[in-house]
Amino acid sequence: MKVTLKIWRQKNPGDRGRFVSYPVEVVNGEMSMLECLDVLNEQLIEKGEEPVAFEHDCREGICGSCGFMINGVAHGPMPATTVCQLTMRHFKDGEELVLEPWRSRAFPFVKDLVVDRRAFDRIIQSGGYVSVSTGNAPDGNAIPVGKEIADAAMDAAACIGCGACVAACPNGSAALFTGAKIAHLGVLPQGKPEEDRRAVRMVAQMNVEGFGSCTNIGECTGVCPKEIQLDVIAKMNRDYLCGAWRERKQTVTAIAPVTSWEMEK
Amino acid sequence: MAIKLDAHIPAGPIDQAWDNVRFEMKLVNPANKRRHHLIVVGSGLAGASASATLGELGYSVKCFCFQDSPRRAHSIAAQGGINAAKNYQNDGDSIYRLFYDTVKGGDFRAREANVYRLAQNSVHIIDQCVAQGVPFAREYGGSLENRSFGGAQVSRTFYARGQTGQQLLLGAYQALERQIDAGQVAMYPRSEMLDLVVIDGQARGIVTRNLITGKLGVHLADAVILATGGYGNVYYLSTNAKGSNATAIWRAHRRGALFANPCFTQIHPTCIPVSGDYQSKLTLMSESLRNDGRIWVPKQKGDKRRPDQVPEGERDYYLERKYPAFGNLVPRDVASRNAKAVCDEGRGVGETGLGVYLDFAEAIGRLGVETIRERYGNLFDMYQRITDEDPYKVPMRIYPAIHYTMGGLWVDYNLQSTIPGLFVLGEANFSDHGANRLGASALMQGLSDGYFIIPYTVGNYLATAKPKPVKPDNPAAQEALAATQQGIAKLLAIQGRRTVDSFHRELGKIVWDDCGMSRNAKGLQEAIGKIRALREEYWQNVTVPGSGDDLNQSLEKAARVADFFELGELMCLDALERSESCGGHFREEYQTPDGEAQRDDEHFSYVAAWGYTGPGNTPDLTKEPLEFAYVHPSQRSYK
Repeated sequence: MKVTLKIWRQKNPGDRGRFVSYPVEVVNGEMSMLECLDVLNEQLIEKGEEPVAFEHDCREGICGSCGFMINGVAHGPMPATTVCQLTMRHFKDGEELVLEPWRSRAFPFVKDLVVDRRAFDRIIQSGGYVSVSTGNAPDGNAIPVGKEIADAAMDAAACIGCGACVAACPNGSAALFTGAKIAHLGVLPQGKPEEDRRAVRMVAQMNVEGFGSCTNIGECTGVCPKEIQLDVIAKMNRDYLCGAWRERKQTVTAIAPVTSWEMEK
Repeated sequence: MAIKLDAHIPAGPIDQAWDNVRFEMKLVNPANKRRHHLIVVGSGLAGASASATLGELGYSVKCFCFQDSPRRAHSIAAQGGINAAKNYQNDGDSIYRLFYDTVKGGDFRAREANVYRLAQNSVHIIDQCVAQGVPFAREYGGSLENRSFGGAQVSRTFYARGQTGQQLLLGAYQALERQIDAGQVAMYPRSEMLDLVVIDGQARGIVTRNLITGKLGVHLADAVILATGGYGNVYYLSTNAKGSNATAIWRAHRRGALFANPCFTQIHPTCIPVSGDYQSKLTLMSESLRNDGRIWVPKQKGDKRRPDQVPEGERDYYLERKYPAFGNLVPRDVASRNAKAVCDEGRGVGETGLGVYLDFAEAIGRLGVETIRERYGNLFDMYQRITDEDPYKVPMRIYPAIHYTMGGLWVDYNLQSTIPGLFVLGEANFSDHGANRLGASALMQGLSDGYFIIPYTVGNYLATAKPKPVKPDNPAAQEALAATQQGIAKLLAIQGRRTVDSFHRELGKIVWDDCGMSRNAKGLQEAIGKIRALREEYWQNVTVPGSGDDLNQSLEKAARVADFFELGELMCLDALERSESCGGHFREEYQTPDGEAQRDDEHFSYVAAWGYTGPGNTPDLTKEPLEFAYVHPSQRSYK
């Protein structure tokens, strides 16, 4: 079967981007979307053209590197599936697939289908951890954690940080991502002491990065490859509200967003 | 020019060795720690845990990774679990038993003292990870749950669904991000190490390329720590991430660090078979499937019938037949070799003939679909997503794939390589798994090295070696920078006719065919010749489009594949030199009458450490003899 890949090509943020259509022969339905791009890239290189830049690493749906829009849907049409695990049998012969990078003010453009998602790292930096240095830990069984609580923490912790939630949201909100970490750590006894501070700081950072506000539309959970549920956002809002009151005397200083890749002085 | 290796193995009883060593170590005054700059390359379990812990101690740390975020490192893909000798299940586990199992599982090619320390640290790792909020599986009463794994006779594996690696890495990543926020660690994502800077015989820095801007830079420090993972991608098709590469350790090797046991690679028996030439990687299905699945092929060669049309009497459950005691649960190396053997006989299944059935029909009949769904639901879904076959109805097809590399840079007991000031952690070193790694032990080693060993040993190094201040204009640093620049220019200038991937695929096939699941002298000699010829063609005929001044994924690959050529040749040479079979290294000439691996302890009970002597030259071999004072070498038997 054949498909046409209509891909956003843009050399760098200064370049004027454009869509370019490429016909690609799909040799078998087990081929993944990314393998389809591999085949196209091999052909482009042989013709002396620059291949399409796209992010990928583990190719088993867990590292969170890959992701782009396919016909307007983050990670394409299959639920709970990243583009690296999306097999071509789900498309029809002759179909045209439009591939675009994630679009969000907080994810600056890099090249073709690649964007800069360092804003997510800074949100974690601002409070997405338990402050326990190596060597301070009590015995693993010293604090019992009920199975339901451990399961709820795991459901939220499954987030792979791919950015599909932001790309799918009409507001470009990072509430699902931020809420997932607040919920993961906030339900566990280990995360309780910093519950207020964590929510206040992470939400402040999320806002400084330029992500939009959450208006409970729910596109994010619909495209999430790990099916993170909307209740993590409710947890975030609750913790933020309580925390903002209890921490009202504290000043929060957000981390300055960096967009340059020049890290040497 | 063979040098004498001193592994600095502590004297005295093994259970007190690490305590004694730690007591004898020199310390760095807390107020002086911030004046010491350290470089950590890699942000997986070993690199992230080391960076976070060194930052907590007060050192000034720079951490580098080639991905866009430290959270992407390939540790994230580990599924099954992490071992620890907690004995929470009261089933007879102990530090000594974990130590014993690991030495034996490694087929007596690992260092006893290192493995004992690993088993000791295992219990602290679980405590640390729980405190960080890693959501391990729990019992209803709130205590930690365990399962058995990898043929061990005790339940010592801790897990977080099928995503243990992800959760442990996120724990270490969050600890690292906390130190970045505290200003203790500076993070350099999308930065690839391309050379090691050695000044006056000490590792003092690295040359990096910013993968977005293409800019090269020199970073200097008092010590360099490599935690860059394994080299399974030499084989092109592997279960590793596409970006996983050997460039950091190989460039360090070229600067003088010895490379140990390169031929010790692990082939995992349960992966989804290759389906076509376009294939980019192989997907692992957890080993736990062998608990309930039965492995078989048709008795007849070339039997093309559907599996449900092959009557029971015409099926060969070859593992159950050959190994009645362990059956389908034999260790990874044995299961993989036997799958290859039946496929070589022409009895393999699937379109390519490179596959065997893993059949759950009997288990579903005995336990019901629901129980099987509870145990393996997510794995069955993953299989169906890729192959479009329903494993509840049709047997899975599986085939072995390269999964882990036990070899790596040689390190002493302190994890220091043969270059003073260069430390190597995790899969990148060779130290703890001998010739075969047991399941759920890789995560344990990465975190043991990063959280609990390097923070002590690097401090001792700084306090005793007292590295002098150096400046970026140092001639050695400038030489390394210029050499890196030339290397990139050379790759871009070739402008040949073949893509990097086409070379990589061909290299991978040579190494897989002749230095994969089974090896022989003739095949290895031929492979070395073929690799050399292909490498020569590479430097004449590869094409790398684009320039060196921006994001150029072809250029990144081209440099990595250039190193895989040299490493692939060394793997074959090491496999040729080791005229015995042990663990994952199976030489067809050395097998017992019933076809099992035949070790030769009299001649090969050593670590083979290779020194680089220049491109195309024969490397120098130095041997570190192995001594076994506690676990006495015996023939592994699973009959």
